[in-house]
Amino acid sequence: MGLKQNLHKFKEKNKNKKWIPAFNAIHTFLYLPNEITHNGTHIKVADDLKRTMNTVIMAMIPCLIFGMFNAGYQHHLALGDIQAVAGSFFSSEFWTMDNFLVGFWKIVPLIIVSYGVGLGIEFIFAIIKGHEVEEGYLVTGMLVPLIVPIDIPLWMLAVAVIFGVVIGKEVFGGTGMNILNPALTIRAFLFFAYPTWMSGDKVWVHGAVERDQMIAAGENLDAVSGETILGVLAQGKEVTHSVSEMFLGFIPGSVGETSTLLILLGGLFLIFSKIGSWRIMLSSVLGAIAMGLIFNGVVDSGWITESSKFYGLMSTPFWHHLIIGGFAFGTVFMATDPVTASQTTKGKWIYGFLVGFISIMIRVFNPAYPEGVMLAILLMNVFAPTIDHYVVQGNVKRRLKRVKVKTA
Amino acid sequence: MGLLSKKDTALITDPLTDNNPITIQVLGICSALAITAELKASLVMGIAVLFVLGVGNVVISLMRNIIPSKIRIIVQLIVVASLVIIVDQVLKAFAYELSKTLSVFVGLIITNCIIMGRFEAFALGNGPWRSFLDGIGNALGYAVILIIVGFFRELLGSGTLFGIPVLGDSIEKTGVYAFGYENNGFMLMPPMALIVVGIIIWVQRSRNKALIED
Repeated sequence: MGLKQNLHKFKEKNKNKKWIPAFNAIHTFLYLPNEITHNGTHIKVADDLKRTMNTVIMAMIPCLIFGMFNAGYQHHLALGDIQAVAGSFFSSEFWTMDNFLVGFWKIVPLIIVSYGVGLGIEFIFAIIKGHEVEEGYLVTGMLVPLIVPIDIPLWMLAVAVIFGVVIGKEVFGGTGMNILNPALTIRAFLFFAYPTWMSGDKVWVHGAVERDQMIAAGENLDAVSGETILGVLAQGKEVTHSVSEMFLGFIPGSVGETSTLLILLGGLFLIFSKIGSWRIMLSSVLGAIAMGLIFNGVVDSGWITESSKFYGLMSTPFWHHLIIGGFAFGTVFMATDPVTASQTTKGKWIYGFLVGFISIMIRVFNPAYPEGVMLAILLMNVFAPTIDHYVVQGNVKRRLKRVKVKTA
Repeated sequence: MGLLSKKDTALITDPLTDNNPITIQVLGICSALAITAELKASLVMGIAVLFVLGVGNVVISLMRNIIPSKIRIIVQLIVVASLVIIVDQVLKAFAYELSKTLSVFVGLIITNCIIMGRFEAFALGNGPWRSFLDGIGNALGYAVILIIVGFFRELLGSGTLFGIPVLGDSIEKTGVYAFGYENNGFMLMPPMALIVVGIIIWVQRSRNKALIED
């Protein structure tokens, strides 16, 4: 008798034990369960929840790998060890083992903490509630390391994950019941709880904070800084990165969100595998462009002059907004979350458009919160059910009218 | 307790747990969210409400048979307002700094739903002694939640309790700060007070199944 039979036997024997959901989770991870559904008609498709989640994770892998290289690259660049790659994607200066290892040793702990803590809570809640462990954390666990600054202390990440999973998801009833995107809840918690670790010009490059402390301790070193493009613009300074660098991702930022090119590839992958909604992605880009054009128009007509504190971000060409900051990442991977986004087709257009529209608005008008995408998506998450409600009611009304016309 | 009958004791103990004005009736949330960033402010606010509600309930109860019911809300408001002004003046005289922290929220005790709620629901129909106990009980129930919320918010948000650093010095990096601990700025914001109150409600309901409505 092999391991498989033994496990099935073990499961039968301990069916009523409290901890059995935890065992089941590992069991179904290893083997297909040998029981079948008992009643009703069922259509079996290959796209179960686990498959869906895995597809999203696969779409994020390029961003993750790139993030590791970029972490090392930014680190060495800031320390002055290497030269800037000047916008060539396959530069041998960038794809070095050295760069990769710096990022690898910083990012792998983030992933381990994110999954370890998050799944631990899922297990605990599954045992308390007596239901099976849900797959919901698989994607969140991968998103979280990609949207935090590289030097975030691990314990802060752990606290935020606990908060995000418990308050953002479990109190509402677990996977599929949450109102807010858990990954963004985690990021928002970090952002408001530990602002010094989530914004400013030190946290985006590995080693900058450390260097700062060494200087404060009296060592004679050059300060290291790596402001994000948004941070630079918000302060009205000159951007030193070229457009191709912004698009390809050779800029400081959260771990996985810098490379618009790879996010675009991930987005196309999601669209073609029919996991992500192209309507939300497209309409959100349209919304961002619309808001960007409005701001550009305001600057062009001379209502805002250089003396205004909004000038830097307002005068940025509208299409730059698409490739700087977390806009692309948020649109592709977070706004499209099927649980928290609008469900109706028309609702998706409205929802996406407002996500893009509001994120650029927050970016420009609130330099204290340069990452408008996070707040915009969270805000629209709250409104998604309302949008759906009115779309459905509109449908109902239109059809009722049609029926009346026919009968009359 | 020989002093209080069983029914009278319940007047004080019920609002502390199963009929808490904040966590069960969800009244007086405004001030609970606004001033609980510091434990000291929470405590003083609790005492202020204790005074206003205890005395106010007795006053209303004494007058309950002579107040024309058409203008009873106005009468109640006058009673609360006078009491609140007393509290406000005492605070300004003896704890000026604190009264600045509490700012407008002392004055807003007037609009605290718990107070008008107890006047309407209890003092208008019961004798002074029972009204007094009811007022004390509800004010204590309010204060307990305020103090719990204030405790967690000040401890995790500023690392202090009553203004005394208990977790070490965050600038000198002593105590737990030496290990890289940092204060949670979110705790100082009102939204987090709402979440802390929510967690208290959650814990309370999971311990007492009778409270779960469905």
